[in-house]
Amino acid sequence: MSGISRRNFIQLTGGAAAVSTLGVSNILMAGKGAGHVVIIGGGIGGATAAHYIKRADPKVQVTIIEPKKDYFTGFMSNEVLNGHRTMDQIKFGYKGLESRGIKIVHDYATNIDAKAKKVATKANGNIAYDRCIVSPGVDFKWEMYEGLDAKISAEKIPHAWNAGPQTILLRKQLEAMKDGGTVIIAAPPNPFRCPPGPYERSCQIADYLKQHKPKSKILILDAKDKFSKQGLFTQGWERHYGYGTDNSMIEWVKGAEGGIIEGVDAKTSTVIGNVDEYKGDVVNIIPAQKAGKIAFASGLTNDKGWCPVNQKTFESTLHKDVYVIGDASVASPMPKSAYAANSQAKVCASAVVASLHGKKAGIPTLVNTCYSILAPKDGISVAMVYNFDGKKIQKVKGSGGLTPMDSSPEMRAREVQYAYSWFNNVTADAFGARSSI
Amino acid sequence: MKLNKKVLALLVLGGLSVSGNSMAGTASAEALANTCAGCHGIDGSSTGPAIPSIAEMSAEYFNEAMLDYQTKDGRYNTIMTRIAKGYSEEEIKLMADYFAKKKMARYVQKFDAEQAKAGKELHDKYCEKCHEDGGRSAEDDAGILAGQWTTYLHYTMDDYIEGRREMTKKMKKKVKKAMKADADAMSKLINYYGSQN
Ligand SMILES: Cc1cc2nc3c(=O)[nH]c(=O)nc-3n(C[C@H](O)[C@H](O)[C@H](O)COP(=O)(O)OP(=O)(O)OC[C@H]3O[C@@H](n4cnc5c(N)ncnc54)[C@H](O)[C@@H]3O)c2cc1C
Ligand code: HEC
Ligand code: HEC
Repeated sequence: MSGISRRNFIQLTGGAAAVSTLGVSNILMAGKGAGHVVIIGGGIGGATAAHYIKRADPKVQVTIIEPKKDYFTGFMSNEVLNGHRTMDQIKFGYKGLESRGIKIVHDYATNIDAKAKKVATKANGNIAYDRCIVSPGVDFKWEMYEGLDAKISAEKIPHAWNAGPQTILLRKQLEAMKDGGTVIIAAPPNPFRCPPGPYERSCQIADYLKQHKPKSKILILDAKDKFSKQGLFTQGWERHYGYGTDNSMIEWVKGAEGGIIEGVDAKTSTVIGNVDEYKGDVVNIIPAQKAGKIAFASGLTNDKGWCPVNQKTFESTLHKDVYVIGDASVASPMPKSAYAANSQAKVCASAVVASLHGKKAGIPTLVNTCYSILAPKDGISVAMVYNFDGKKIQKVKGSGGLTPMDSSPEMRAREVQYAYSWFNNVTADAFGARSSI
Repeated sequence: MKLNKKVLALLVLGGLSVSGNSMAGTASAEALANTCAGCHGIDGSSTGPAIPSIAEMSAEYFNEAMLDYQTKDGRYNTIMTRIAKGYSEEEIKLMADYFAKKKMARYVQKFDAEQAKAGKELHDKYCEKCHEDGGRSAEDDAGILAGQWTTYLHYTMDDYIEGRREMTKKMKKKVKKAMKADADAMSKLINYYGSQN
């Protein structure tokens, strides 16, 4: 009860009363003490938020709803494609979070009732909350592509944009492909998760092909006319994969020149572009994206399919006491990345704990970084520091930017080692150190 | 020389804090420090293999490092200049005090026992004066060496020796002497620091 305002106390007891009439299982009742925070999605955003709420106030009860027993990180999953990493090395369980006193419910949330303050789940009924944090990641706009849906994607034309079974499928397809084959990567329109991701993927796949199937080609069909870190990627393609020569392993087709795709014939592995058709041996279509399903089911999205939030706290501007972080939120100018989700989760956790105590949220400060690996000893990065101008998140002038175009091979080799360190530290921050998993 | 650099850095900073600071005020030390954890580890203790731990380092050393990163042609680095330029002098001070109070977690690292043993002798002779307690101490504002990630220490010593990062005159003398006494001194010293957890 300590530190809790009278208003919150009434809300809590009110919540508990509502619970009993609605028959919510008692283990999942709104918490006593400092309150109960229910987090939907135990990915990088949700896991970090849970950790930092507990850090700020161990008395707050925290429940994560997450269907998967193990989380596979999207970041570094491209290294699985060239065989530099195993799936086990991008796999994280929930024991580390449990040992931080966080309750994990392996279930799928189907709806948030923001008025009654409860989350409906597939198997555990309703779960009442005082505050709800939503970090469901992205869903795909299948409707934009003829002949493509979740099933075809899972079986034949993987996106591998949620790491997991599709990462394995894509790897297997690459392994099975004959030397001299063509890999098609269709890169999505903005905004999407991990802006440099498709291009990093082209490098990792090229690295694999160069070693094992050197006559093969990669065709990137891009919905856009330019992309993240383009200068550095182009330089990397030139340096390692013959880009710009007759013998280039990689070809990039921009949107204006036929890169926009409209569908696929899965049987013949033919991608249907708005200008041409392209036949591939391995086809990796990364579809256009929108916020995860739960955001739509719960009325948290705008007309563009993303969740508008108060950028000071990440509270939804559409529903009170519901917060949205990570890829699903509108946090521009921040990109949709793991570092951004991790940073936003901390701002949100602090605001949620403050609000449970009837206090005002502190002033937010955020960072983003994205490392990309171009070849085994060649890494690049983009970074930015953000603050809050009273209304919205803004880039801090003078900070951030890209690895310089003329950085030395030595520095680029360091960036790979630093990228691996980032991976270890950000996952430990979210899920707990590996030894405790 | 050292003072000049600092004054210069302060000037650069002064200019920055005007544009850098938001109208909404300054974030708390904890909020600022939390943004570093994704790279430097929880409360500044990195799980490696290369990004250094920044927990427990003296506020003085931390402040200087950040100012140096902000300075044009300052301390050689891959990414910290881009990060450091996002903060005002006041924000850096807040973080410096925050991290100085955090204990540095030391992890087991691979090392060569024989080299480490030889490294200890070299350390005692040439480095202990300023990097006390086998390099564990944050006193003397010289950074923490014992238990620091050895990959980072290799990069750093290379930078010092190649002149990409400036050494204090006195340290330079000792490093030269150590290398004269033993061509493999740096590798041995780093094995020694890496052997401590
Ligand atoms: C190939 C690739 C490379 C990448 N590289 C980088 C990189 O180098 N750097 C970087 O910073 N980022 C990178 N990213 C991006 C990063 O993975 C995402 O931005 C990050 O995971 C976003 O976090 P999130 O919490 O929003 O979503 P996620 O981490 O996807 O977590 C969402 C979780 O919510 C769960 N969930 C969804 N709906 C429900 C529901 N209804 N009920 C319960 N649970 C639900 C899901 O199962 C999932 O575990 C990369 C991504 C990919 C695909
Ligand atoms: C993207 C990863 C990343 C982020 C984010 C980051 N750092 Fe760093 N930091 C590094 C790397 C890498 C180095 C080594 C120097 C280099 O190459 O940039 C470093 C070095 C340092 C050092 C010098 C350590 C020593 O022993 O001398 C300090 C101090 C430091 N960082 C402070 C911070 C602070 C404070 C923050 C948060 C505001 C921060 N860093 C955020 C990656 C990061
Ligand atoms: C006269 C004092 C002095 C001596 C002797 C000395 N150092 Fe240092 N050392 C410093 C100071 C001061 C700094 C921090 C200033 C700077 O940024 O260069 C430093 C920094 C360092 C760093 C960088 C730490 C980091 O986190 O980036 C390393 C590595 C280092 N010293 C190694 C050594 C070794 C090895 C020896 C012995 C061969 C040695 N030093 C001897 C004073 C000394």
